[in-house]
Amino acid sequence: MTERAQMRTPLGRVRGLGAAHSGTWHFWHQRVTSVAGIPLTIAFIIITLGLLGRSHATVIQVLGSPLVAVVMLLFIVNSAYHMWIGMQEIILDYVHEDLLKLVSLMANTFYVFAVGLASGYAILKLSFGV
Amino acid sequence: MAEIDAGIPARAQRPLSPHLQIYTPMLTMMMSIVHRITGAALYFGMLLFAWWLVAAASGPNAYANVEWFMGSLIGRVVLIGYTWALLHHMLGGIRHLIWDTGRGFEPAEREMLTLATLVGSVVLTIIVVMIGYFTTGGAR
Repeated sequence: MTERAQMRTPLGRVRGLGAAHSGTWHFWHQRVTSVAGIPLTIAFIIITLGLLGRSHATVIQVLGSPLVAVVMLLFIVNSAYHMWIGMQEIILDYVHEDLLKLVSLMANTFYVFAVGLASGYAILKLSFGV
Repeated sequence: MAEIDAGIPARAQRPLSPHLQIYTPMLTMMMSIVHRITGAALYFGMLLFAWWLVAAASGPNAYANVEWFMGSLIGRVVLIGYTWALLHHMLGGIRHLIWDTGRGFEPAEREMLTLATLVGSVVLTIIVVMIGYFTTGGAR
């Protein structure tokens, strides 16, 4: 032991992530999804605005067409991930009681998966017409 | 150790960190809060979006229910509110992205950016609602 004795392993020191085991992915992924969200949100508003008040037959035809379906799926996946991180941040900021915090974080994940999957599934069903 | 034990009375005399209510509300601060509130509102609003899509995929009867709700007074208010929240959160997001690059932090700049977010979201919402109103043939 020529170096000063340390609890941290050499690999741990190289990774430099500390006790949290992760870095700034939270921050970064929220920025990536927010940048992607700008054009997707504009597209989403234009599509939904165009479908406002149209007949069911028109709506399913448009939502099932490839370009619209792909844009909507991108919007759904991007929004789901963005809101998952966002709500997690809100929970971590305001909920301090351990059990309630864990339950809230789980509920957030369940909600985002359920809403995201339901929306995505509906688009896919309209696209493939089954 | 003796120092820590003896230090307990001294610790009680430390100044406390000021909390929210001590500050004068400012536009940037209010808009920061609104950004979070609109984000949370959109979070739950996605449920409506999912309902719309699932109903469309389910068939004409399910879709008629959504149409009935969206056409009702409450439905319209929710839709307009959702539109504003979405636009405000998007513009607020752009403002934050600009700030992330380290730009726009001068007092006048940050006030201008913040005001632009608010005015922009209201103006865009009015435009979107007008388009929606007239393309659906007004009050059906």
